[in-house]
Amino acid sequence: MELHDVWFVLIAVLWTGYFFLEGFDFGIGVLTKLLARDRKERRVLINTIGPVWDGNEVWLLSAGGATFAAFPEWYATLFSGFYLPLLIILFCLIVRGVAFEYRAKRPEERWQTNWETAIFWTSLIPAVLWGVAFGNIVRGVKIDADMEYVGNFWDLLNPYAILGGLVTLTLFTFHGAVFAGLKTAGDIRVRARALALKLGPVTAVLALGFLVWTQADNGDAWSLGAMIVAVVALLAAIGAIAKGREGWSFAFSGVTIAAAVAMLFLTLFPNVMPSSLNDAWNLTVTNASSSPYTLKIMTWCAGIATPVVLLYQSWTYWVFRKRIGTQHIADAH
Amino acid sequence: MDLALAPETLARWQFGITTVYHFLFVPLTISLAALTAGLQTAWVRTENEKYLRATKFWGKLFLINIAMGVVTGIVQEFQFGMNWSDYSRFVGDIFGAPLAFEALIAFFFESTFIGLWIFGWDKLPKKIHLACIWMVSIGTVLSAYFILAANSWMQHPVGYRINEERGRAELTDFWRVLTQDTAVTQFFHTITAAFLVGGAFMVGIAAFHLARKKHIPVMRTSLRLGLITVVVAGLLTAVSGDSLAKVMFRQQPMKMAAAEALWDGQERAPFSIFAYGDVSKGHNSVEISLPGILSFLANNDPNSYVPGINDINKESQEKYGPGDYRPNIPVAFWSFRWMIGFGMASFGLGLLGLWLTRKKFLLPPALRTGEDEVPHLVLFKNKALSPRLTKLYWVVALWTLLFPLIANSWGWIFTEMGRQPWVVYGVLQTRAGVSPGVSQGEVITSMIVFTLLYAVLAVIEVKLLVKYIKAGPPELTENDLNPPTKIGGHDEEDADRPMAFSY
Repeated sequence: MELHDVWFVLIAVLWTGYFFLEGFDFGIGVLTKLLARDRKERRVLINTIGPVWDGNEVWLLSAGGATFAAFPEWYATLFSGFYLPLLIILFCLIVRGVAFEYRAKRPEERWQTNWETAIFWTSLIPAVLWGVAFGNIVRGVKIDADMEYVGNFWDLLNPYAILGGLVTLTLFTFHGAVFAGLKTAGDIRVRARALALKLGPVTAVLALGFLVWTQADNGDAWSLGAMIVAVVALLAAIGAIAKGREGWSFAFSGVTIAAAVAMLFLTLFPNVMPSSLNDAWNLTVTNASSSPYTLKIMTWCAGIATPVVLLYQSWTYWVFRKRIGTQHIADAH
Repeated sequence: MDLALAPETLARWQFGITTVYHFLFVPLTISLAALTAGLQTAWVRTENEKYLRATKFWGKLFLINIAMGVVTGIVQEFQFGMNWSDYSRFVGDIFGAPLAFEALIAFFFESTFIGLWIFGWDKLPKKIHLACIWMVSIGTVLSAYFILAANSWMQHPVGYRINEERGRAELTDFWRVLTQDTAVTQFFHTITAAFLVGGAFMVGIAAFHLARKKHIPVMRTSLRLGLITVVVAGLLTAVSGDSLAKVMFRQQPMKMAAAEALWDGQERAPFSIFAYGDVSKGHNSVEISLPGILSFLANNDPNSYVPGINDINKESQEKYGPGDYRPNIPVAFWSFRWMIGFGMASFGLGLLGLWLTRKKFLLPPALRTGEDEVPHLVLFKNKALSPRLTKLYWVVALWTLLFPLIANSWGWIFTEMGRQPWVVYGVLQTRAGVSPGVSQGEVITSMIVFTLLYAVLAVIEVKLLVKYIKAGPPELTENDLNPPTKIGGHDEEDADRPMAFSY
């Protein structure tokens, strides 16, 4: 295994971390409209991710920065090519971060309602768009001989990619509902479990459709294995939540996300961004990667930093391990 | 859509807007993190409640500010790929690494521990909670180091070779990229300038409250801390600025010649106080200058030779082929002056303030004030300033609170505009870095989106800051004075106790 292969795996790991963690953050954002019945319940949900959402989002910045360092051509083609969708995602992430921090900083009704509406939409839209983006990466887009994206915005909205977007939206919302079941107390916890149970089958159908389509297009034995893991884990997550086992359900929905990301990367390999115009124009782990020297330095950095990050981020979850109910939210806002 | 513009013009405007805007929040974040951590340390060590109230007050302003810094920083991570894809392809092997280091090491640190600090008041024992804000502070400084190392490589590329076959620059010595003198001096200058921003911010707001005789114990302490910060940081900013200028005279003589509007090289080169140049004719029409100072700044020798814009342009043409290698001279000239002017004005006011509010043995006993009194401002021995002059000082301190921030912005505009037409000095021109596949329509769309969004957020943010500044330090609660003794909080006693902080 050469270093650029290692980095292909590491980029997959960073995206897995991002979708696992910000996945339930996005889900919680969507649930503020789907699950919460009043402001206090919305605040319960928001506060389950309050101390951690910012750290979770850094997984995205790390994935972006690491792609820049390890696969500059991939970084350049992807973000200049998917220009407008990325713009929408950035817009949402900016508004969303500010919304979390500023919502409670003024008592006015309209101020708080506006930020809550913002949290819902800016969670929902990126949840869809990341699926659309990865659908397009896996399926291949119009890339020319100079590694430039030559398609347009509408080319990115094809049925396969849109299905991918619906899968990430429902999967993240399911993941978020299970997380809410795990982190809240009282009435909202019961309803979170019930909602997860309703979302589960819809998610499973969409995910199965998307993964089978992916397997049929580009799959091999390895991706088939990952696909089976993803589907079984999702079913197990649904089964566990039906029995009220929130912790197990959350672990399984996490495995689903990891296995689904693994499957997409397995079908990609050794490409990082295939061209739909000509196979010779594919971006691959070889022609898109950095020099061995840079990859070596990056490997040292990631090899030391990532476990440390996992350690102190896990510690954060342990510090804030207590369930939150409406009684824990002070009125004075 | 095709506007008759050079391909890089729009992309440069966009980068300028998003990056200058982002950097409005950065220096205040860096300095307020450390100052808040300092105040909290004082609280933990002395148990004097004024320090806790000060921590809560400045911490709140810090959080309102850093939220904007964080979200505008997301754009920074991706816009190289969006608008500067050819730049990214060419330099990614080198430039990407410090960016990835920044995310993996600094951003994770900062973002995780800030969550712990915000929500941790009733979840963490006092000392661990204090450690969290220090971690945030370390994260901000580390982050600055990595990104400045990346920028320094654009100012003065080292530790690389050109791979002709792949058509790109490749890293050969990462340690050199991280430790070259450009990176070290630029870091020193940026960090000290950041503390100048935080110091002046503290002084201005403390002056606002002291003028109204409100929250005196907290604001007295803040005034003192702010003034000392301004003076120390101001001095160090000047020292580091001088070393950075010397590095630049060596590495980018054009930038420094442009900063001085020195058209033709000369011995005993003067420092211009004011100049109005005619770019097309290549000389100044009006000029007021101090002889020998520029030579001294460049080489520590007032009689030494400093090359001029015209000489360096000719040299560059011989070296790199035909073309115009001059940056925008008026921008370079004036941004350099505004950087120094605004920064040093703030330093001067800080020095004055520190003298006016001096304590103890420098002050006759009659003029000394207690913890609960607004300090007398004493210019000359034995006599406090009149109420009108006192009021004037408070007002000036308040209205100049953003001077160092303005200086920071002009400093960056000078650094980046002064390097033009290069994006990587001597290696890659800016116009060769833009995304060939991105249309002008797309760039304009994103520029409008970001500009409007940033404008709206600026209004929201400033209003929020003003609200919390006016409100002053909060009263302390039971929760504040009884921090938990173990991690996770004291929930066994009261499982339904409301969280000390919630969104």
